[in-house]
Amino acid sequence: MSMAQQAEPAVTTPPASGPGKETDGRTAERPLALRLLARPEVGVFLGAVAVYVFFLISAPPVRDGSSMANILYQSSTIGIVTIPVALLMIGGEFDLSSGVAVISSALTASMLSYQLTLNVWAGVIVALLVSLAVGFFNGWMVVKTGLPSFLVTLGTFLILQGANLAVTRLVTGDVATDNISDMDGFDQAKSIFASSFEVGGVNVKITIVYWLVFAAIATWVLLRTKYGNWIFAVGGNKDSARAVGVPVNFTKISLFMLVGFGAWFLGMHQLFSFNTVQSGEGVGSELIYISAAVIGGCLLTGGAGSAIGPVFGAFMFGMVQQGIVYAGWNADWFRAFLGVMLLGAVLINLWVSRTATRR
Amino acid sequence: MTSTNGTGTHGAVLMDKVPDKDAPLVELRNAGKSYGNIRALYEVDLKVFPRQVTCVLGDNGAGKSTLIKIISGLHQHTEGEFLVDGEPVRFSTPREALDRGIATVYQDLAVVPLMPVWRNFFLGSEMTKGPWPIRRLDIERMKKTADEELRNMGIVLDDLEQPIGTLSGGQRQCVAIARAVYFGARVLILDEPTAALGVKQSGVVLKYIAAARERGLGVIFITHNPHHAYMVGDHFSVLRLGTMELNASRDDVSLEELTNHMAGGTELAALKHELAQVRGVDVEELPEEEDLTAPVATPSEGKTLK
Repeated sequence: MSMAQQAEPAVTTPPASGPGKETDGRTAERPLALRLLARPEVGVFLGAVAVYVFFLISAPPVRDGSSMANILYQSSTIGIVTIPVALLMIGGEFDLSSGVAVISSALTASMLSYQLTLNVWAGVIVALLVSLAVGFFNGWMVVKTGLPSFLVTLGTFLILQGANLAVTRLVTGDVATDNISDMDGFDQAKSIFASSFEVGGVNVKITIVYWLVFAAIATWVLLRTKYGNWIFAVGGNKDSARAVGVPVNFTKISLFMLVGFGAWFLGMHQLFSFNTVQSGEGVGSELIYISAAVIGGCLLTGGAGSAIGPVFGAFMFGMVQQGIVYAGWNADWFRAFLGVMLLGAVLINLWVSRTATRR
Repeated sequence: MTSTNGTGTHGAVLMDKVPDKDAPLVELRNAGKSYGNIRALYEVDLKVFPRQVTCVLGDNGAGKSTLIKIISGLHQHTEGEFLVDGEPVRFSTPREALDRGIATVYQDLAVVPLMPVWRNFFLGSEMTKGPWPIRRLDIERMKKTADEELRNMGIVLDDLEQPIGTLSGGQRQCVAIARAVYFGARVLILDEPTAALGVKQSGVVLKYIAAARERGLGVIFITHNPHHAYMVGDHFSVLRLGTMELNASRDDVSLEELTNHMAGGTELAALKHELAQVRGVDVEELPEEEDLTAPVATPSEGKTLK
């Protein structure tokens, strides 16, 4: 029974609580600049500034106030969907159907109102329900089957892409929907989704406001609420999160539905600013949203990221997209730029996650 | 545990139920689990009392994991009975087990490596303040509480904002145990807490197991190290090929017997015989079958042999 005696001291001396505030003393505080640089949002912010300065020098028209409003507008149309896409990515999943879902939503609203001669708001509401349902379907399939979201949403992407074209052809006999600008409620809906206002003589689109407000709400939710905590947890380690009582399925499904909401919002904006929808559009946008989220410091594998980073990510894309035009270059260069920025951001992300988990 | 108010339901459950001191907190009667046509666990009896460390030992594939998955609510038993405070239960989620005061510290520790220590500490049971539309995390209170609780367990960290992935294995284990204790666990299940640790860190973890017992918890300590088990255990159950091979209290079993059971007594003798056929293995020094099985052949009271 020699072991029993060995066990005694362990039992009789419960861990002592140290008097006062002692510290471990083995971790040295790193300089503020280094700590800031390690934050992905700061990295992408510096990247956005660099791109801005680059075009400020190489494309003189960019210095104009109205060009800036234009660049921000372009960024906001990317950014509004990028924010929920980023939250979903932090939650460990991604959604390839987000690009065509925007068009599906706009088509639904447009065709439903026009064909049934309803108030456009009926179409808007139904489109919202359809978008949320698509999001729910994606999320439900992912959590129930355990399949990678890449596969599930690739399926939804193809379904929606095909349905967009086929249903539009079937209903209107054309590739675009009819103009709905003279229908009941159009002006009201346009004032909400696609209006603009003057700031110091510059015409500013309202989507810029929505973009920044959504980003602010998303940041608050992510960092200051239970739900935000759950998003990080289900993306960081789904099984651990489930084991400590986080509702993993609810969190994931609701994130997919949030992407549906974002797609609906942008879809409504496009519908009410152009009055008609081209059924073949939207393909490829999903990759831009995902890239903007990744550039914004969201880990593709989930568990890390922010809502502010993707704002700068979307700004970088909007800046490049418009900047190339203002600089008078061929617009085809946009995708090449996008690729270079994406690779750079991924390398930085990789380094950050390695530093953070190094033991 | 009065400080748990506002953090979740487990604290409340603790307060309105004062179970009989001598009644088992958790009891398995003839319990078993089949996955399709595989019988992973059968005819298992286990009682967990407050202020006792019940060690479950077993080799790989003996059914240890299945056993804890049933108790922690990840899986459901398919045979026999599972009782908590004498009531038959069937948990469908870990949340239900948690609400009954059964907390599990898993081998992978159920932590999210990239999240800060304090967020991990409160994950799934976050403290909030404010009315619904603006209900938000009470970050100050959570950080303060996490720091206090960790200090109470003797863990001192410089920065609770550091990702938990940067802590050492022993530190993370201790954070996980401190978390379970804080959230009003009455039964603490530890799944091989010392498996990946060095000698010194194992010692630290064993100390917390003893500390948890002193706080009145029933501890289920899963391990395949009989030495660690014997340091803190009050009751020992050895699982073998899905069923209970030994079920004995500390007074009825010696460390040698326990080690023998773990090593698989008779199987070792058979292995020795096989090794004898292979040139170059000196079997003279290895114990005979009689030596290996001798202590077990005379079972004393309270010991059930299958």
